[in-house]
Parts: sequence; structure tokens; C-alpha cells
Amino acid sequence: MLDILKSPIVTFQEFILLAGRATTNIVRRPFYGSDVILQMDTIGVGSLPITILIGFFSGAVMALQMSRALSQYGATGQVGQITAITLVREMGPVLTALLVAGRNASGIASELGSMKVTEQIDAMRALGTDPIKKLVTPRLIATCFTLPLLTIVADFIGIIGGYLIAVPLMALTTSSQYWNNAWRSLEYNDIAQGLLKPLVFAFIISLVGCLYGIRTTGGTQGVGRATTQAVVVASVWIFVCTFLITRVFVNI
Amino acid sequence: MSRAATERKCILRLENISLAFEDDSKVLDNVNLEMWAGETKIILGAAGAGKTVMFKIALGLLKPTSGRIYLFGQDVTDFKENQWFEVRSHVGVLFQEGGLFDSLTIEENVAYPLVNRSNQTAEQAHPAVKEALEFVELGHTLGKFPSELSGGMRRRVGIARAGISDPALLLYDSPTAGLDPITANNIMALIIQEREMRNATSAIISHRFQDGHIMANFRYNPESKRLERIPEDSPLRQSTRFVVMRDGRIVFEGSEPELDASSDPYISKFSMQRSAH
Repeated sequence: MLDILKSPIVTFQEFILLAGRATTNIVRRPFYGSDVILQMDTIGVGSLPITILIGFFSGAVMALQMSRALSQYGATGQVGQITAITLVREMGPVLTALLVAGRNASGIASELGSMKVTEQIDAMRALGTDPIKKLVTPRLIATCFTLPLLTIVADFIGIIGGYLIAVPLMALTTSSQYWNNAWRSLEYNDIAQGLLKPLVFAFIISLVGCLYGIRTTGGTQGVGRATTQAVVVASVWIFVCTFLITRVFVNI
Repeated sequence: MSRAATERKCILRLENISLAFEDDSKVLDNVNLEMWAGETKIILGAAGAGKTVMFKIALGLLKPTSGRIYLFGQDVTDFKENQWFEVRSHVGVLFQEGGLFDSLTIEENVAYPLVNRSNQTAEQAHPAVKEALEFVELGHTLGKFPSELSGGMRRRVGIARAGISDPALLLYDSPTAGLDPITANNIMALIIQEREMRNATSAIISHRFQDGHIMANFRYNPESKRLERIPEDSPLRQSTRFVVMRDGRIVFEGSEPELDASSDPYISKFSMQRSAH
């Protein structure tokens, strides 16, 4: 029984240690500014087109689904409110994070995993560079900066997607009522959890990707295994954390 | 740390080093090794004998289960990673496959120790990088990426990077592994040149007895720009020592004649004369 628990506990311990070292490195010299910019471009700008696409369709689907449910109560005018709240609180952060996890946690794990198996990480240490400072911290900073921004974009595009379904396509409500409802329904609590979640998810995505990358063993097969594990573990933790954060905010 | 200060001093000492994995399998078993200034050590052994692990322990890349490591006269066993960075700045390393960063150009790879340790800009490091690459006859590859070079060329870039910061200790891990004999001999010639130009203490891990034989018997003549045989009575011959490892233990240490004279069947596999029979 204890042997079964040993591996996940050791992994969690390694995650905490990595998180601690990567976070404290943010304020320690030397700073690898160009690496942060490069990662922001890869993670943020690179994920933008697909975030827009996913955001649009998630908003559109939400409006479509709600159109039937709301028409039963004669409340189709509330479609803007429901779309906005659902997207900002939950669907925007979670879908964007899952997308970035699939795209970047895997990318980070495979890149660092390849570096590990070809002794590039050992070479980096031997040449006087802390791999956590050079490789992990820039990815952590870049993901923490770009994921909330991507989520905001996904939320906004999603509300536009909902608008296109609700107003021009299905005429569920008027344009001004849709935007008015969407705007007025969002409270401080919604915005706070809608921005806190991507920040937490950014920690998970970047650090899980880095952790599985730098502990890769076993050649190219090991790189493939690390990549898969990073995406699965990051996705599971995104769902666990969104539940925990929502649980806290529901009571506020 | 000046070069003069390290002369006739013990550069590296491994004292009762052991390393065991969680399943109690011993990778290194009570290893003792000393490297003195100006000495060349040829570390031979079959695959899995623990050569690379010993090399990584000497560099602080792996922590031993027990034993002490002394580098440049100081006990570095319990050093933290930050303290190791300073110690490692005096060591040049060539990894098994070159260990080049595949996302950086050849110029950036070779400049890496200067840019990261000495805080030089890429422009400031450029002349030294060009010189180091011309030394390994790869001056034309500055803008290329490691994936565009052959295995032997990558190894030569690794040699250029290892020596660029003028280290007091040079460690080469299997510099000729997987290379054809001609390329392998060219690599060994470069290592001999580097040893003599920089007067550095060198350790070469290999499973090819020929590598050790070349290191022990040849020197670089800068006038003819060729390798020439070291005279039999030259003290230079005494500075090359052979170490043979087996199953995580050092089973032999001595000169080439002593290696040739060994009657142990495992050790004699690494002897030039026995293998010729």
C-alpha cells in the first residue's frame, strides 16, 4: 500500500520543490529576459489563434444550448447574462487552460525531456547555469503572464460568439439587451475567480511540463512518456483546482 | 584561481566514493582516484563500469551516497548548486554526445561559457569563439546549428567549448565513441594539442585502448603542426596514467607498460600489446 503511494508523494514533493525554486528565482540574478520574451511569444502569441477559435465556438454553443432551455421559461432575454457568467467564471479559464496544457505543457515537457536525454541540462549545469533559472523560471513567468490574457481574449470572443447566435441568427434577444445583461451580470467575484483561475492553471501547466521534462529518463521513448504524462497530469490538476477555487468563491 | 597556484597540486581527489540506487545496486563501490596538476588520466572500462557516473560525481552533477570529493584543494562534497557553479567554471567538459545546445548556433554554443560566466557580450566573445573554432578547424560553421554538423564535427565543437574559458581541468567523456577510426584519431590529436597548449590536467573516459595509447605516446609539435612520438626517456610519458574500471570499482591504476604487463584477463583487454596478439 505504502509503495503505491510513494511515487505520487515523491512526485508531489518534487513539484513543490521545483515551484519553490522557480518562484524564488524570479527575484534572483541573473535574469533571462530574452528567454521570457521568447516563451511569451511561443506560449502566448502562439496559442492566440486557437484560443480565439475555441472561445468563439464555446460562446456560440453556450448560447445555442441556452436558447432551448430559456425559451421554456420565456426568459430568452437572459442569454447574454448566462453566456457571460458561464464563460468568465468557468468555461473561459478551463477551456483555455486545457488548450494551453495540450499545446504547451506537452511542448515544454518534450523540449526539456529531449535536453535531458541528450545531456544538455547536465552541460548547462557544468557550464555554470542553473537550469531551473534558465529553463523553468522563464516558462513560469511567461505562462503566468500570458494565460490570464488569453483567458480574457477567450471570454470576450466567446461573448461575441454567443451574441452572433443569440441576436442575428436566432433573434432570442436584442443587441442592447444582450450586451447590457452580459455587462451587468458580471460582479467583482466573477472577475476575481475568472482571473485567479488562469493564474493558478499557469503555475500547474508550466511547472508540470517542466517537472516531467527535467526528470525524463530512458531516451526518446522516455520523452514521449514524459510528454503524455505532463498533459494528463496538468489537465487533471486543472479540473481539481477549478473545483477547489469555485468551492471557495461560492461561499464568498 | 591562477594556473601557477594549481601546479604540483592535487586537482581532483575522490575518496571512498560509493553510489547506490534505491534498489541497493551499487554503481560505484569505494572508488579512490587522485589527479595531479599536469597529469593525464585515461579511464578505461566496459559499458556500465561506472566511468561516466564517476565523471558526473566529480563535477557535482550527481551526489555520491558516501565518500568525499576534493576539487582544487577544497572539499566540495557538500557544496550547494550555487557554490558548484564557481568550482565548475575552472573545469572544461566534453559530454558523450558533445552536449551541445541544439537550439543555439555553433557560435552561441562555444560562446556560452564566456557569456554566462564572464558576463561578456556575444560581440566581446566573438574573437575568442572564432579562434577556438578555427583551432578545431570549424571556423566556417559559426552560424550553423548542431543538427547541421556530423557526429565528429559536433565532438570538435564540444572540444572548442570545453577549452574556451582556459580551464585548469579538462574532462572528456568518450570523445571518440561511435566515430570512425580516422575521425577518432583526429579528435585525439585535437585533445593532445589542447592538453599541451593549455597545459591543463586532463581526464579522458574511453572504452578504446587506442585513445589512451595515443595520449601516452604522442605529443604535438607546434612547429611541424603534427603529432610526434614522445621519446622513451621523456618524463612526459610518466604523466599519462591509466585507470581501468569494472563493475563500479577501480581494478587497475598505472602506466602503459604496467597495463601491458597485467595478467588479469579483464585488464589485459584494454592493453595495446595483448590485444594485438
